[in-house]
Amino acid sequence: MDNSNQSSNTIVTINNLTFYRGNRLIFDNISLEFQRAKITAIMGPSGTGKTTLLKLIGGQLQPNRGEVLVNGQNVHKLQRSQLFELRKKMGMLFQSGALLTDMSVFDNVAFPLREHTHLPESMIRSLVLMKLQAIGLRGARDLMPSELSGGMARRVALARAIALDPLMIMYDEPFTGQDPISKGVLLHLIKSLNTTLGLTSIIVSHDVHETAAIADYIYIIADGKIIDHGTPAEIQDSKSEWVQQFVKGAMDGPVHFHYPAPDYVDDLLSYSN
Amino acid sequence: MLKTFQNLGHTTLASFSKLGRASFFLLHALSGVPKLLLRPRLLINQLYSVGVLSFLIITISGLFVGMVISFQGFHILSDFGAEETLGVMVAASLVRELGPVMSALLFAGRAGSALTAEIGLMKATEQLSGMEMMAVDPIHRIIAPRYLAGIIAMPILAILFSCIGVLGGHLVGVGLLGVDNGSFWAQMQTKLDFRDDILNGVIKSIVFGCAVTWIALFEGYDTIPTSEGVSRATTRTVVNSAFTILGLDFILTTLMFGDN
Repeated sequence: MDNSNQSSNTIVTINNLTFYRGNRLIFDNISLEFQRAKITAIMGPSGTGKTTLLKLIGGQLQPNRGEVLVNGQNVHKLQRSQLFELRKKMGMLFQSGALLTDMSVFDNVAFPLREHTHLPESMIRSLVLMKLQAIGLRGARDLMPSELSGGMARRVALARAIALDPLMIMYDEPFTGQDPISKGVLLHLIKSLNTTLGLTSIIVSHDVHETAAIADYIYIIADGKIIDHGTPAEIQDSKSEWVQQFVKGAMDGPVHFHYPAPDYVDDLLSYSN
Repeated sequence: MLKTFQNLGHTTLASFSKLGRASFFLLHALSGVPKLLLRPRLLINQLYSVGVLSFLIITISGLFVGMVISFQGFHILSDFGAEETLGVMVAASLVRELGPVMSALLFAGRAGSALTAEIGLMKATEQLSGMEMMAVDPIHRIIAPRYLAGIIAMPILAILFSCIGVLGGHLVGVGLLGVDNGSFWAQMQTKLDFRDDILNGVIKSIVFGCAVTWIALFEGYDTIPTSEGVSRATTRTVVNSAFTILGLDFILTTLMFGDN
């Protein structure tokens, strides 16, 4: 299962990936690489399959063609038990946080430790408090998920995602729906986890400025293909009209403001009883 | 005409496909049951949710059903001068049929719908996906304890339903309508058979528990993860459970009592 072609600096390699959802083509023969200890962003408009790409990396979906190598292992050729072993090295922060609603903040962060280790409860307590301290929510340990704001829920989910000290972490739209303070906190946390722990980060987002501020490398995906890729500066100076419209948030351009429709005047005058 | 056949074929294929998925789901859940022996706390929590929290509706319904049977039975039996057999009639009706069937229908409405909604919402809020990404099998961690709890709770609830029903029947028959207390209990003791009546009733309730909990959990797990999807899945749980209970009851009754 090991793949010697994967460079030691690359933690995730996607080769010639094609994926359909029903009859709809989501990815058309795309290839990407994610470097160790770097922050790589996958950007693109809503509905392009960015979250689907994370699920393909995590082995939750099967590609129609192509392969996904994580730490040298072909994710989709692993036995279920091997896949679960690999997932212990991958953290994932879901858009909703995906906290277990019947458990407190403390128990949510302790959950992976209790499931996968035989550590004594005193040590689990210390580890959980350290993770909560890192995200600034040690004082909120007894709150239930329903008592947290959206930003706090994502921070708790982040603490849970790093509970087992994974090699990499995948963030699914971490900034969506967050107020400026929460966005700032999350940006700081993602960056500091990357620099202090050397954690490889894959961020899926359509928040251009926030993501570009911390990313080392950016892939832009649309219509099932990689439209462009490069460092944030290279993306900013991209010659692609599409990328320029996306980066600047322009209303019209290669992506039209109007959904395809018949002629406006004809449509207005075509009403008959 | 062709369209009708197409739709019929499509529906049949979809039904078989769903049955196949449900069967794999059940096998997967059952493979997680042995692990529960190491973590009994998970099972105890679910026994409380599906069993203890269904206690009130089961006992109150059992009481009223027993009282009504006693009332109706007394008027029929008194026409033949056989009021003393009221105890047998009430107890046999309850332990053979009404106890297992009614408690299973109530269980489907109370605990089954709650299980579907809970699992469906866990899916909609990505909690199940989150567990998978934490390398925790949600079918073993979430589904298996609930399934086992449903199988254990159902016969206990059915026995409770029947016991309370008999007490309700006694309350009306002996307390209100003047049937002799000694005859009420003595006839019941003489005529009811442990294997034919009580054990068969318990077996029925175990089968209903397996079926209802399976339907409820699978509908929740297989739901379309939207509010409408969860709502439809919850409705399907109650409706499909009711049909399954009544169908299985007919089959089991034929097998158990068909040669009498």
